[in-house]
Amino acid sequence: MNNSNQDVIKSNSQLLQKEMISRNYDRITSGQFKVSSTFVPGNLNELLMCFDIANNLPEINAIQNAMRKKSGDFITEAERSGHSEDVCTYVKADIGMMEKGNIAPNGKPFPDPDMLLLSYTGCFTFLKWFELLREQYKCPTVMLHVPYAADGKVTKNMRDYIVTQLKEEVIPTMEKISGIKFDIDRLREYLRKSAQAENDLVWMLEQSKHKPSPIDCYFGGVYYMGPIFTAFRGTDEAIVYYKLLREEIQQRIDLGLCAQTPEGDMSEEKYRLVVEGPPNWTSFREFWKMFYEMGAVVVASSYTKVGGVYDYDNFRHDPDHPLESLADYCLGVYTNRNLPTRVDMLARNVKEYEADGLLINSIKSCNSFSAGQLVMMREIEKLTGKPGAFIETDLVDPRYFSAANVKNRLESYFQMIDQKRRAGGSATVAV
Amino acid sequence: MSAKPVEKIVDFCQGIFEDITFAKARQWKDAQPGRKVIGYMPVYVPREIIHAAGMLPLGILGGGADMEVIHGDAYYQSYICRIPRSTIELAITGKLDFVDGMMFPSICDVIRNLSGIWQIMFKDKYVRYFDAPQNFKDEIGGVFYSNELRELKEGLEKLGGREITDAQINNSIAVYNENRDWVNRVYDFRAATPWNAPAAEVYLLMRAGMVLPVEEHTQLMKDYLEAAAAEPRPMRDNCRVTLIGTFCEQPPLNLIKSLEMAGCYIVDDDTMLVTRWLLEAVPTDGDPIDNLSKAFLHHSAETAAKYEVNLEEKGSYMLESIRKRGADGVIFAAPSFCDPALLDQPMMVHRLEALGIPYITMQYAENSGQMQPIREQAGTFADSIKLWSSS
Amino acid sequence: MRTFIGIDLGSTTTKAVLMDENRQVLGRGITNSRSNYDVAAKVSKQESKIAARFTLFKNALGSGGGAELLLADLERNFRLEQFLSELNQLEATCYRYLDHERFKDLKGPLREALETVFKTITVEAPTIYAPGAERKSDFFRDIAGSRFMNLAESVGKQAGLSFDVLLNVYDKSIIDIESQVSSDETVSAQLLNGLARAMGEVAGLDISKADAQKALESVLGQELEETYVVGTGYGRVRLPFPKEHIRSEILCHGLGAHMMFPRTRTVLDIGGQDTKGIQVDENGIVVNFQMNDRCAAGCGRYLGYIADEMNIGLHELGPIAMKATKATRINSTCTVFAGAELRDRMAMGENRADILAGLHRAIMLRAMSIISRSGGVTEEFTFTGGVAKNEAAVKELRQLIFENYGEKTINISAESIYTGALGGASFAHSAGN
Repeated sequence: MNNSNQDVIKSNSQLLQKEMISRNYDRITSGQFKVSSTFVPGNLNELLMCFDIANNLPEINAIQNAMRKKSGDFITEAERSGHSEDVCTYVKADIGMMEKGNIAPNGKPFPDPDMLLLSYTGCFTFLKWFELLREQYKCPTVMLHVPYAADGKVTKNMRDYIVTQLKEEVIPTMEKISGIKFDIDRLREYLRKSAQAENDLVWMLEQSKHKPSPIDCYFGGVYYMGPIFTAFRGTDEAIVYYKLLREEIQQRIDLGLCAQTPEGDMSEEKYRLVVEGPPNWTSFREFWKMFYEMGAVVVASSYTKVGGVYDYDNFRHDPDHPLESLADYCLGVYTNRNLPTRVDMLARNVKEYEADGLLINSIKSCNSFSAGQLVMMREIEKLTGKPGAFIETDLVDPRYFSAANVKNRLESYFQMIDQKRRAGGSATVAV
Repeated sequence: MSAKPVEKIVDFCQGIFEDITFAKARQWKDAQPGRKVIGYMPVYVPREIIHAAGMLPLGILGGGADMEVIHGDAYYQSYICRIPRSTIELAITGKLDFVDGMMFPSICDVIRNLSGIWQIMFKDKYVRYFDAPQNFKDEIGGVFYSNELRELKEGLEKLGGREITDAQINNSIAVYNENRDWVNRVYDFRAATPWNAPAAEVYLLMRAGMVLPVEEHTQLMKDYLEAAAAEPRPMRDNCRVTLIGTFCEQPPLNLIKSLEMAGCYIVDDDTMLVTRWLLEAVPTDGDPIDNLSKAFLHHSAETAAKYEVNLEEKGSYMLESIRKRGADGVIFAAPSFCDPALLDQPMMVHRLEALGIPYITMQYAENSGQMQPIREQAGTFADSIKLWSSS
Repeated sequence: MRTFIGIDLGSTTTKAVLMDENRQVLGRGITNSRSNYDVAAKVSKQESKIAARFTLFKNALGSGGGAELLLADLERNFRLEQFLSELNQLEATCYRYLDHERFKDLKGPLREALETVFKTITVEAPTIYAPGAERKSDFFRDIAGSRFMNLAESVGKQAGLSFDVLLNVYDKSIIDIESQVSSDETVSAQLLNGLARAMGEVAGLDISKADAQKALESVLGQELEETYVVGTGYGRVRLPFPKEHIRSEILCHGLGAHMMFPRTRTVLDIGGQDTKGIQVDENGIVVNFQMNDRCAAGCGRYLGYIADEMNIGLHELGPIAMKATKATRINSTCTVFAGAELRDRMAMGENRADILAGLHRAIMLRAMSIISRSGGVTEEFTFTGGVAKNEAAVKELRQLIFENYGEKTINISAESIYTGALGGASFAHSAGN
């Protein structure tokens, strides 16, 4: 049932995380808690915790199903029931799962959610996704509209709008569903804990500046960012997890180790990349292998900022301004930022992490990420003088992962980097 | 004013439709020094404020069926719809060089990100991503939206180098109230006698409104209604349909013609919703910003890009259109790869199925070439409706 | 002597280029890729060595005194020798298969029929390779196969044998023959036999038979050491080469185009499977590349599909399209939809040539997008790949380049098919030195 093979090498932090995830699924499926579904980008975990509401994230469920090779059937099921082949496969994997019994990764059925927290943050599809779920569950649905930071900055109007929505719409709905009165001091306490874990998270992200990088900040990064972007931000568990992770990474640095992979440590770091876009989940291991086999490590990626951006403008949750800081968190989500900001962020990554270039994994499902990536690539090439490369896959649709195609492009890209390096060293390659 | 023949009016509109250099808008701009043109994309922007600034709102609806897209494809992957790539092509090839600013309404992530491409590529232009509220309470979404409108007003004031007064906006509101009134009269006229106002003609008439100054467009609609009423055409044994497509990317004109040729009178549609987005006349006194805001919150059309707060209300605009226009069924024509249209469609379909209203679905791109399958599908639909209603 | 070889393993053909220490190309070889890439690589390599021996022999003979005539005749006779030798092996292999369970019962009549077929082809062979004779293909499989089919049908009918059985014997045998690679000794013998024939045929030579033979023997005695071999192309991962001997076809194409036309900065390659837009610097180093995305529109396969759809040969598409008076607008960039659109247009009575011209424009429009995506055309431009042989495609390309980038030099080499292998050989040269 599990995707992890016997030979996968796991660190203590990974084992801890696995335990945390399964505990959360047990909590969701236990029937003892009210359950809210919501989205990863800008999710309001601390607020849900104030009402003892369990946090169920359909995106994570889709990923889990993809890694267990189930998403393909779910997507087909959704398409049979009238969903277009053209649209987001997270949505279809979720709807297909619902149609096929709604079984959680722990084998127990998901309860119907008690509320849908439609945090409309950096992704148009979220809006339709929860309208579709609402049609099915007919449960209270609360919209939290996060305006797009179109001019690269947060305005007072945007922040006030979110805070008012939290006060007038979101919190009252949660109070009604849970029967628990909102206690702002409880929220402050959780936010204090969030900030503590966030400090270690940012420390982690920055360690890939080392050469060799002790971690892979894309394939490995999706594990490292797991707790902070899901149901654990604001908990003691997250603090413990990030402390443990920090110790492990420090140890790797002390030993001069290259990044950790499912097959052990990379023996040599040949290429350092910055990656834009989410990974493919259906062939995650195969995809990752194409990189570490060729000696490529990802030193920074935009996907590790998908739930929230902490390093670029140093955001931390702030217990002294609880609702405002939740608003800023939502507004700062990577996909809620305009293209010039995304370009600046990635170009700075290429320079500061001394990367060989930018690789874009363009995802068919996700227009929020993908529309405009070709322009971003050209801009970042111009700003950094480093070559970019472009590959195309999908999130959870196995039909859109062509291993031979991806590999061909990656190989060409790495050899192009080689060739450029050689040309930089000696005079010419050809007459 | 003596009546012009319908043909002449339609030819005039067709000329505007086919002209991807926007000569009419260029002429308007050149007529007086200092004039400015603001491009906007579907579905809705408050044109009243642009008008009040003394500027020309210019609807940008892609490159149409016949433009060859070469560089636009270099900006977009094959799984993204066509309108942004043909819009980029228009800009790169200099066809929008006279446009001083662009507005990108919050309808989907592709158009949203196009605003960023504009910021990167056309640094000397005014670029405004126009975020409309998804909360419809006065003290929440209303406050936010009023402030957004004020920011827009300030941006245009800066661009135009002059203040925009409340009186000017109120005046513009009145001008657009009249325009919407005539748009609705055209739609009423077509719904009453669709044989006298073929869908392609109405479409072209509304497209002209994307380019012409609003006052001219209003006059054009008056002329058309007079001329169309004076030239009755034979009634055919067609069924009556509402055409729904969340139209941002436009259907090829041939598609609209094909549907009617195949036996479906289009008695309502949601093309160019900007012309009738606000469902009631906006007050022309008081604070114009608040008035526009309230009109948006409480009296605006429903579309896939707008959140529907109440589950029960989902699809009500479509159902009301079917009722009011006496449609027999619905044709959903979604642009390929259009998230709003395609994700919304299953919910709309569920509403129709619950009421036993017939529908068909089809997909297109602005440059779709084959109409044969569409004619066949629509023809079969028309036949089945006729059989069904006679039994 | 030290040599450096590049092998480009394509989906339909495999190409090899062999160069010497001074980066001079001595020989090029090509073969069909078959199902066995390893053999295809070896055969193309051997073919490039054969071509190299011709080059060396030519250098030894010098010019004048009828040397050109002799070389041309030697080439022709060598090919004849090669053909006859392979035909012999094919015949022997066929006979061996007759002992198989399937054919055992018919062994006698089958053998008799096969003998007739092979005897006839052997007799015909000199005509196939006669001076000035045109051959549709240079691959043994194609020439022998088409003759075999023709003869087997009539011979089989006379003998009361089913065509299918004869074909079956052939099919089994040709696979065996195709998996063989001629040894250097065999090649030497074929060359020497060829020379003997040529010396008897060509009149008015200033070169004596003994001198010619001595020169050829000396060339054959020279070892062509495979100092470094680099593999590229779609099948490269299946080559039994160590990783450092494998290069991406994008890099090889860029470098190869640079070797052919040193001022090239942009390369467009349209192959069967994909379309590539490559930007190279003044040293032939790739600085940017783009390939068609998941969608196959705009590849050579698109034209293949259209040819099938119209039931005409792939090579006929271009010439028909050249007769067009206008290009019908084809909007579908999707291969599958283009077929439907094509039928739609035909049904509406549009001219076939105009539709084909429109299709060629559509494919080149896609290519233009890929070029644009890779950075556009700033200086000299080189067009490679199978589609570069299609005159209608080239015409549309020239037009579009002019419309979008102004007057630019557009290079198309007759040896364009060897671009990737040439780049590979050059990489081999750098790596081996």
